[in-house]
Amino acid sequence: MSGAPILQVRNLCKAFPGVQALTDVRLDVAAGSVHALMGENGAGKSTLMKILCGLHTADAGEIRFKGQPIRASSPHEALRRGIAMIHQELLPFPNLSVAANIGMGREPTRWFPGWIDQAALARDATRVLARLACPLAPQRRMKDLSVAEMQTVEIAKALAYEPGLLIMDEPTSALSEREVEALFSVIRELQQRGVAIIYISHKMDEIFRIADTITVLRDGRHIATRPASELNEPQLISLMVGRDLAPTPAARDSRGDPALEVHRLTQPGKFRDVSFTLHRGEILGLAGLMGAGRTDLVNAIYGLAPASSGAIRVHGKDVKITNPAAAIAAGIGLVSEDRKQFGLVLPMSVQHNLTLSSLRGRWIDQRRERALADAQIRAFALKVTGRHQAVVHLSGGNQQKVVLAKALLTEPDILILDEPTRGIDIGAKAEIYALINRLAGAGKAVLLVSSELPELLLLSDRLLVMREGTVTAELDSHQTSQEQILIFAMPA
Amino acid sequence: MRASSIKSWGLAIALVAISLALSFAKPTFLTVPNLLNVMRQISINGILAVGVTYVLLTGGVDLSLGSLVALSGVVAATLAHPNQHALAVPVLVGVLTGTLCGAVNGLVVTHGKVAPFIATLGMMTVARGLALVVSGGRPVSNLGAEFTRLGGDVAGLPIPLMVLAGIALLAFVVLRNLRLGRYVYAIGGNEAAARASGIDVAAVKLFAYSACGATAGVAGVVLAARVTTGQPNAGVGYELDAIAAVVIGGTSLSGGVGGIGGTILGALLIGVINNGLDLLNVTSYYQAIVKGIIIVGAVWLDRQQNKS
Repeated sequence: MSGAPILQVRNLCKAFPGVQALTDVRLDVAAGSVHALMGENGAGKSTLMKILCGLHTADAGEIRFKGQPIRASSPHEALRRGIAMIHQELLPFPNLSVAANIGMGREPTRWFPGWIDQAALARDATRVLARLACPLAPQRRMKDLSVAEMQTVEIAKALAYEPGLLIMDEPTSALSEREVEALFSVIRELQQRGVAIIYISHKMDEIFRIADTITVLRDGRHIATRPASELNEPQLISLMVGRDLAPTPAARDSRGDPALEVHRLTQPGKFRDVSFTLHRGEILGLAGLMGAGRTDLVNAIYGLAPASSGAIRVHGKDVKITNPAAAIAAGIGLVSEDRKQFGLVLPMSVQHNLTLSSLRGRWIDQRRERALADAQIRAFALKVTGRHQAVVHLSGGNQQKVVLAKALLTEPDILILDEPTRGIDIGAKAEIYALINRLAGAGKAVLLVSSELPELLLLSDRLLVMREGTVTAELDSHQTSQEQILIFAMPA
Repeated sequence: MRASSIKSWGLAIALVAISLALSFAKPTFLTVPNLLNVMRQISINGILAVGVTYVLLTGGVDLSLGSLVALSGVVAATLAHPNQHALAVPVLVGVLTGTLCGAVNGLVVTHGKVAPFIATLGMMTVARGLALVVSGGRPVSNLGAEFTRLGGDVAGLPIPLMVLAGIALLAFVVLRNLRLGRYVYAIGGNEAAARASGIDVAAVKLFAYSACGATAGVAGVVLAARVTTGQPNAGVGYELDAIAAVVIGGTSLSGGVGGIGGTILGALLIGVINNGLDLLNVTSYYQAIVKGIIIVGAVWLDRQQNKS
């Protein structure tokens, strides 16, 4: 299936202030192949991809695409040459229609230059969405879509360019099983037509299902390129992290006193009659598909969007949580699923982000704040140039650790973790798993929302499954399986 | 090193370089009377710029400052006729007028959910109208000597300058050392995350707009004292001069980045350049052109620095 290299990268170097992001990186991608690019966060994958699609310019090195040397200076130039990228972070135009989003930049015109042919625009969108087996109406507003639907639109947008090289950065992070299958069949179809695909994902099973070749980067350097058939998962992980990682088993005496009791919590249109009890020292998993209401539920418990009826009890006492401040005061901490939107103030320093929820009194005790920040930086092994570094410059895994460290500084008894490992690499994942276990071991009550079933099975003591806003099952994590969870999670 | 401090250094160096150049071109520039004159000229703009820094840091904007200067100046002046009231009455009522209007701005923005641009644009017109109503459309003159002395000097130093120094210091300390100040940055940087961190976003914004209104009140009182009249038509366009100083000082219009130090440097830079152009006998027509180029140039340079 694979032919001559369509993309050749040689000796590519790129430095940012304070970091050498890429050193002498090489990469060959054959036409019609799926080339997985693996590495921990900060390994340089994103930088390499951003250079390929014209967002960054390399300091040194050579890129040849279809035999031509390129120095793409803008995404527009890269697209013109046939390199398209689906970004991990979605960049939609929320107030425009699906069709306008898909056609952005190459709108069909009629009558005279610049007059958009709306009918053709909608037709093109429908055609490319059909290839993705996605029944979205092209006139819907982008902002009314779910995250999964928006991601599908992004993919459609890239496909509409008919690219020769398609770069996919975590394309499935918000997709349901069915949508992933549709995406994979599109990838195979593109392969048949000679399109080369660079595929970035932290999901190992996907990599081994879809990739022909795997290249591993570590600390900005090329470590290995192998056919996927010659590698297994442990080998790949040890190439990525440079050491062997053992999964952390959950071994705890769970179930102390009830810490959080939720009684018939209801928010019309989001979730209804949700009741459960979370005990001290317990990790309670919350499983369900996208849109099952899990995030709405935890946001209600944390006061971001309070429920319209129902009761919440903390340590046996009724509490009224109308805003996040009340939740923090009641000893509830939340690590939101969307760290950039709700977790971090990106232009602020690491120190100021860490202490943002836990400042007390009128005056800030600067010395104490510095000490707290330094302690958290050490405890979480944050890779930062200093406590004054702006969090916007940190890798995804480090950002997530900042969000966790920040939530823990409020000293919550109850910790709600919504997708705590989304989009972070396997090394950081293992650290966060170990941390969650330690927290539960120290008596914290943990409510863990995750779309990764292996993660839920590994970490949690009990599992609640949600479907369309209601709890459909309570399962013992040690005596259930992914299949059984899915039976309760899938719409009937 | 923090990005903000690098920015401020660049600005400080530019300020020193321009001052040096001016002192070579015109020896009168570097004399105590002329420098005091510069300070006197930047005081009003500086006071307003400090206030509007708070609003810009939250990611908002305040277009009503010029009108608030006029309104609080007129209100203070009507209470400042000779032997009418103790000095504290016109001063406090004037400042309070600005503060209340600022608070109304804040309430319309936070509770009315009206965009800051629109809310303060409305206040700009309303406050101008109120200033005309209160004064009957005529300048309020015949002010007591006690009051007008506020626009003069004490011990050789201009009182407006000392007011600016006091307000700037207070604003600096609040931003740097108070929780409130930290929250101003957090809200401008990411309002949703600030709310999720347990911050009462509405209260902090209300504070920022009120504080901004208060500085407009102070500026109005000081201006009325300096020109010895309450002018209902005073302060037209002052809000844009103040915003220009803040932006030159490195505060981001989208919020979350910047500070008082940069704002003061920005106000100084505008003042020094205006003064220098005066000394070089450049007409005010050309001065306007130069000021505009400096505003855009400073922000452009800032962008270039951030890129690298």
